[in-house]
Amino acid sequence: MQEYEVIIIGAGVSGCAAARELSRYDVKVCVLEKEEDVCCGTSKANSGIVHAGYDAPVGSLKAQMNLRGNEMMEKLAEELDIPFVRNGSLVVCRSEEDMPKLRELYDRGIANGVKGLQILGREEVLAKEPNVTEEVYAALYAPTGGIVCPFELNIALAENAYANGAEFRFGTEVQEIRRLEEGYELVTDQGIFRAGFVVNAAGVYADRFHNMVSGRKIEITARRGDYCLLDKSAGNHVKSTIFTLPGKFGKGVLVAPTAHGNLILGPTAIDIEDKEGTNTTREGLDQVLERVGMNAKNLPMRQVITSFAGLRAHEKNDEFVIEELEDAPGFIDCAGIESPGLTSCPAVGERIAGILRERMGLTEKKDFISVRKGILKPVTLPKEERARLIKENPAYGNIICRCEMITEGEIIDAIRRPLGARSLDGVKRRTRAGMGRCQAGFCSPRVMEILAREWDIDIRDVTKSGGASKVLAGTNKDIL
Amino acid sequence: MNNQLSADIVIIGGGPAGLAAAVAAKKNGIDRILILERDRELGGILNQCIHNGFGLHTFKEELTGPEYAARFIGQILELNIAYKLNTMVMDISRDKVVTAMNREEGLFEVRAGAVILAMGCRERPRGALNIPGFRPAGIFSAGTAQRLVNMEGYLPGREVVILGSGDIGLIMARRMTLEGAKVKVVAELMPYSGGLKRNIVQCLDDYGIPLKLSHTVVDIKGKERLEGITLAEVDGRGKPIPGTEEFYSCDTLLLSVGLIPENELSAGMGVELNPVTSGPRVNESLETNIEGVFACGNVLHVHDLVDFVSEEAAAAGKNAAAYVRAAKETAGRAAERASFPAVRLTVGTGVRYTVPETICAERMDEHQTVRFRVGGVYKNCYVSVYFDGERISRRKKAVVAPGEMEEIMLTKKQLMEYPDLKEINVRIEEA
Repeated sequence: MQEYEVIIIGAGVSGCAAARELSRYDVKVCVLEKEEDVCCGTSKANSGIVHAGYDAPVGSLKAQMNLRGNEMMEKLAEELDIPFVRNGSLVVCRSEEDMPKLRELYDRGIANGVKGLQILGREEVLAKEPNVTEEVYAALYAPTGGIVCPFELNIALAENAYANGAEFRFGTEVQEIRRLEEGYELVTDQGIFRAGFVVNAAGVYADRFHNMVSGRKIEITARRGDYCLLDKSAGNHVKSTIFTLPGKFGKGVLVAPTAHGNLILGPTAIDIEDKEGTNTTREGLDQVLERVGMNAKNLPMRQVITSFAGLRAHEKNDEFVIEELEDAPGFIDCAGIESPGLTSCPAVGERIAGILRERMGLTEKKDFISVRKGILKPVTLPKEERARLIKENPAYGNIICRCEMITEGEIIDAIRRPLGARSLDGVKRRTRAGMGRCQAGFCSPRVMEILAREWDIDIRDVTKSGGASKVLAGTNKDIL
Repeated sequence: MNNQLSADIVIIGGGPAGLAAAVAAKKNGIDRILILERDRELGGILNQCIHNGFGLHTFKEELTGPEYAARFIGQILELNIAYKLNTMVMDISRDKVVTAMNREEGLFEVRAGAVILAMGCRERPRGALNIPGFRPAGIFSAGTAQRLVNMEGYLPGREVVILGSGDIGLIMARRMTLEGAKVKVVAELMPYSGGLKRNIVQCLDDYGIPLKLSHTVVDIKGKERLEGITLAEVDGRGKPIPGTEEFYSCDTLLLSVGLIPENELSAGMGVELNPVTSGPRVNESLETNIEGVFACGNVLHVHDLVDFVSEEAAAAGKNAAAYVRAAKETAGRAAERASFPAVRLTVGTGVRYTVPETICAERMDEHQTVRFRVGGVYKNCYVSVYFDGERISRRKKAVVAPGEMEEIMLTKKQLMEYPDLKEINVRIEEA
C-alpha cells in the first residue's frame, strides 16, 4: 500500500495542471494514469484552441475559467517553453438574419470580460482572411483567441510538476474507491493507494469515480468530435481561427492553423455510449468536410494527412464541476471539462490547488521551479550554433523524421527526460516525429530502433501506444 | 559556415535515379559530382525490393532490386564518383547552394553548378484516404512493411488485408505469404488494378489471394492492435454501397494506395510543379523552370519499372553535364535558350500528363521519348499524336491502363518539318 496526501486520477491537461499548481506547495502528490503516458485521452485529440471566452454563459464557472485560463496561458507557455500564438479568432455570420445571434455573442463576450471584441463587416473580414467564405456577412473578431500545442502543454505541465516533486504512476487504473475514516483508499490494478484528498480529473470517466463516493450522481457523456488535419503546405490557408456561429451541438466546425503550422478542420459533436469510442466514422468525416465549406473556401482537401476523433467529457448541465463534494469531504471533482477545457486548464489547476490549500493549510515551497525547458529543437538555432551542437552531440546531425526534420538527438531527449516517451506515440507527441505528411511511414522503423536501444528492450516489444499495441508480430518465417 | 564545398553537379538522392544520373554525367565528361543520400547505403528503395523482375530492359536479364542497384553502385565506385551517406539535404537555394547535414560534418553547404533532383517518392498515408475507424498498431504503408520484412527481418503481422493493388501492395501480398503470414484479401477502390498485370498473376493468382476490385475499407476495428477491418463494395463514384459490408478479422492492414513524388525541397527552391504528377514541370532536357536544375525518376513522376527510371535519369545526367560544359564555355546561356521557341505538349482525351511538357526541336536529341499515363482503362484504342491539330501518328493498343506507363517517340526530323509548331497533343482515340 502506498500513501500520499493528494492523489490525482488522470494525467490529462486538467490533472497535470492541478499537479503542477499543487507542486508549488509542500504536499505529497501522486498522479495515477491508466494509460502508459500523459495526454492519452481528451487532451490529445482536440482543436488546440485557446478560446477568447464569449461562448460560455455569463456568470458560469466555464466563463470564469475560460477568461482566467486565456489570461494565464501566455505566461505559462513562456515558463513551460511551449508553442502558443495569439492568432485571433473570427466567428463567421453568413446572413443578416443571424446578426442578432452574433450580437448576442458579442454582448456575452463583453459581459464575460473578453477584451478587444469587434464586429467586422464583410469587407473587413475578407481583407483579414481572404479564404473565408464568400457568403460571409459579418464576423465577431476576438484578438485574444489563440492556439496552443495540446500535447506539449500537457507534457510540459507534467514534467514541471514532476520536477517539483509530484509523482506519476502510469499503467495504473483505479478500479474502486473506498471511503475511510480519514480520506480514501483507491484500489488499482497496481495495488492499493491511500490519500486524504482525491482529485477526480478522469475525463469521460469522472462520473464513474464521483458516483463511487457520492450519493448525488453525475453523468458524463462522451461527445465525439471528428477532425481532419492538413499538411503544413496548407497551414497558411487561414491565419485566425475561423468558427461558424454556434448551433445546438458545440461550436460547429472550425478551420484553424495549429501551433505547429498544420491546418485543422473539425470537430463534429456526436454523443456516444462507448467511452472508448475514439473511432472516426464515415458520417463524421463527411460532416467535417461538408460543414467546413460553410466558413472557408478553396480548402486544399488533397492535403489531408490524417483524421482522428476525440471525446469531450460532457456534463449534462453543460458546466464545469470543480469543487469538493459536500457528501464526500476531501474528494474534489474536476469533471465535465469539455471545451473550453484546454484553454481553462491553467485556471482549473489553480482553482483545485486553491481548494486544497484552504482545506489542507498548505504552505508554498521556497524552491518551486516555475520554468521547464522543452526538447531542444535544432531547427530553431542559428546555423553556427546548430553546427556546434552537432559537433558536441552528433545525434543532432542525424535526421530521423524527414517530414518534420526531427533529429535522433531530439528523440533521445524525448525518451531520456523525466516521464520520457516509451512508445511511438510518446515520441510523436513530444517531438513530432511521425506527425508529418508521410505519417511515420519512413521514420517508424528508425524510431522503433531508438526506443528499443534506449529502453534496452527487444524491438518486438516496442508499442505504438503501450499495452497490447505492439508494432511487430514476430520475425520472418518464425511460425513456418 | 567556414567550409563551403563545391561541385559541378550535386545529385540529391542516391537511389536508382541518382545513381544512373551520376554515371551518365561522369561518362559525359564531368568529374566533380557529389551524390547526397539520406539513407545508410546507396540504392534507395531498390534495397528493400528483394523480388526479381528488375533489369529486363537495361541489362537483358532478370535481377533482384539489390542486384540491380549493385550494378550501378559498382559503376559509381569504378568511376570514383563521390557520395555522402546518412546525409539529409535541408535546403536548396535558387542559386544552387545545397545545405545538407550529417552526424560527422554537421551542417555544410555545397555550391553546385547544376542540381539533379532524384529524391524519389513517398507513400500516401491512411489519412489521405480518410478511412474511418480506430487508429491502432498494425496499419502500415506497404513500403514500410516491406522495409521491416525485407531489410530488418521482422514480420509486421500474421493475418493481413491489403488495401490498394499498386505494385508494392501486390509484391507484399506474396512476400507476407512466403514469410508465414496469411493474406486474406487485396481490395482495390478502382474497377481496375493500379499495378502491373504480371504482378497480379505472380503475386496474387499464384497464391490464391483474392483481388476485390471496386472495394474499399470502410471501418477499422481495434483500440490497441488492429482486430479487423470492414470492406465494402463501392459504386462508380467510389462511394461505399450500403449492405455490401463484409468484416475480415486481421491484425495487419497494409496500404498501397499511391505514391507521391517528394518535392518539398524542389518547391522550397522555387521549382514549378505539375499538380497532376506532383513532380516538376520539365522540358526535353528534363530541366525544370530553374536553369541548371534537372529532375528524374520518381521525384519527377512515379514509374512502374526501374529500368525506365535509369533511362530517364541517364538522360538527366547527360543533359546536366552538357549544361555544366556550356556554362563553363559561354557566359550567356540564357540568350541561347531564348532563341529557341519551345513546343508545348498538351494532353487530350484519356491522357493525364506528359513528361516532358515542352520540347525544343533544335535542342532535342534525334529521338525523344515522351512518357505519359492514361486516366482509365481503354481497350482496342489508338495512342494518337497531333501537331497543331493535324494527326501525325497513331499506334494501335490492345489495352492501356493507368497502372502501366505509356510512351511515344518523337524524332527531331519530325519536329524540324514543322518549323512553326506550337502544340503537340497526345490523346487516346477509339479504334
